[in-house]
Amino acid sequence: MSGNPYQDDRGNKDASITKRHGVGEIPYRKGGKATPAAKGEAFLIGDTMTGGYGTGPDILHECTIAVNPGEIAVIVGPNGAGKSTAMKAVFGMLDVRSGHVLLDGEDITALSPQDRVIKGMGFVPQTNNIFTSLTVEENLEMGAFIRRDDFRGTMAQVYDLFPILKEKRNQAAGELSGGQRQQVAVGRALMTRPKVLMLDEPTAGVSPIVMDELFDRIIEVARTGIPILMVEQNARQALEIADKGYVLVQGRNAFTGTGKELLEDPEVRKSFLGG
Amino acid sequence: MDLLNAIVALTNFVIVPAVSYGSQLALGALGVTLIYGILRFSNFAHGDTMAFGAMVTILFTWWFQGMGLTLGPLPTALLALPFGIAVTALLLIGTDRVVYRFYREQKAKPVILVIVSLGVMFIMNGIVRFIIGPDDQQFADGARFIVSARDFKEWSGLDEGLAIKTSQGLTVITTIIAVALLFWFLNRTRTGKSMRAYSDNEDLALLSGINPERVVMYTWLIVAALTTVAGVLYGLDKSFKPFTYFQLLLPIFASAIVGGLGSPLGAIAGGFVIAFSEVTITYAWKKVLGYLLPDALEPSGLVQLLSTDYKFAVSFVILLIVLLFRPTGLFRGKSV
Ligand SMILES: Nc1ncnc2c1ncn2[C@@H]1O[C@H](COP(=O)(O)OP(=O)(O)OP(=O)(O)O)[C@@H](O)[C@H]1O
Ligand SMILES: [Mg+2]
Repeated sequence: MSGNPYQDDRGNKDASITKRHGVGEIPYRKGGKATPAAKGEAFLIGDTMTGGYGTGPDILHECTIAVNPGEIAVIVGPNGAGKSTAMKAVFGMLDVRSGHVLLDGEDITALSPQDRVIKGMGFVPQTNNIFTSLTVEENLEMGAFIRRDDFRGTMAQVYDLFPILKEKRNQAAGELSGGQRQQVAVGRALMTRPKVLMLDEPTAGVSPIVMDELFDRIIEVARTGIPILMVEQNARQALEIADKGYVLVQGRNAFTGTGKELLEDPEVRKSFLGG
Repeated sequence: MDLLNAIVALTNFVIVPAVSYGSQLALGALGVTLIYGILRFSNFAHGDTMAFGAMVTILFTWWFQGMGLTLGPLPTALLALPFGIAVTALLLIGTDRVVYRFYREQKAKPVILVIVSLGVMFIMNGIVRFIIGPDDQQFADGARFIVSARDFKEWSGLDEGLAIKTSQGLTVITTIIAVALLFWFLNRTRTGKSMRAYSDNEDLALLSGINPERVVMYTWLIVAALTTVAGVLYGLDKSFKPFTYFQLLLPIFASAIVGGLGSPLGAIAGGFVIAFSEVTITYAWKKVLGYLLPDALEPSGLVQLLSTDYKFAVSFVILLIVLLFRPTGLFRGKSV
């Protein structure tokens, strides 16, 4: 990958000397400081971001996504459009070559992902979004890792939101069903009491009923005032609950508008919603 | 009477030595398994780290002995142990800063770290020999036995004696304490859980605000304690010679893999499996069988399956058997 000789394992598959499970992919970043910026119009905004992985080609081209408190912003688009990449860029998991990320009136473009967590951003990645070998409760505890106060109240809230998790609290999270895992993943992110929550396909691999349920929960979370930025495959349902929608195509903003506008836009309907 | 004698002989020559050797292997294998689980590579420098920790402890022990500072019946090395651990921790964290951290920042593939650890092994090997030399060193003092063979014979009236060395008793007790502490730490404390989380999913740990450098540092600290304790106990029990620690690498790795790499419980079980196999297969059973069998059947040979010179072969064979029939080890570790 990207010509780094240290990342060439020369085909080694010998697990008796190396462990591949859980190896991280987020590149190491020294991480700079947040600088005050002019108070923009949005709480969290990835502003005209251009960037790609490592030294590879640009995947995002002047892509802008933003979300405000109490809002749900949804990113939709075809596979490989760069939706996950845009989320990662906002979270500092890849280099933004031009453009900025602003959070609550601060320019956080230079911050490392871990510093963004401390700034109050919560992220549920599309894959590998739970600690499979830890129990459900330990997953939630790890979500609250940066908190030094008593987080039992938040845990009770998460259990209220997802009652099944309370039932399975002492079970290894890897032994749960796909839908239950997604609940653990969202619950873990909620434990920090984030100022903004980013979800990458929270309903992936989830049955329609659980999906509706999960959407309801997400709306509930949004009602508490937490801005939610979400990538979704189920474009129609997602746009129905969205205050703001972004259609991404090949790393560019193709259409932007309120969820309703996008649902009614004939162009969007034709190319993304199947008529 | 013969049966009792047989049991005592068995205990004396097989069970007691195997339990203490198994404890030492378990401590060593725990360190290997921790590094494998959290830092994701097999640390070839483990044996030499043990040698380094033991060496520092020996130097402190000699210094204390020179000052007339002793622990009475207990070996002075126990007093020197915390200092040995501290210096070893400095060495490991220094090595991490200078060597391993660079590769972490490059997101180097674990197999590269394996080879890097090989280099670290040679350096540590050199440091130890440079400081203390390649020869055998004596540093055990205090009472030699908890139970001596003569006392036991007088007390029991049996022909066979049972001896338990102080070092053997110490080994078992220390191992129990160390293992209990480690398990409590990994399963109950916030830091311990964050280490398990990092081991499970590096990226998600980062996204949860867990600082990877912290996790790595704690890992090296624990490994410093485990290696030094294991190295000192082995040295007290047998003797200290740098080369034997290098050789210990094989049974230690065998223990960790047999138990299931990445599983602390497996490391302990593996240590005892390897130790018992090694001791029983290289033990001359003539004596025990002599007591048990009728005179006519008494064996004329030593009934020793393998000469002690070949004891390392035992680790190899067990390793092979486990890899063939249960590749994940006894305790569902990572499939090998
Ligand atoms: N780690 C990576 N390294 C290099 N290129 C990547 C990496 N991850 C994704 N890409 C590339 O970036 C492009 C966009 O991928 P991305 O994952 O953002 O798509 P997506 O919109 O989330 O798609 P999906 O709906 O399938 O999740 C793809 O062409 C993909 O090949
Ligand atoms: Mg995606």
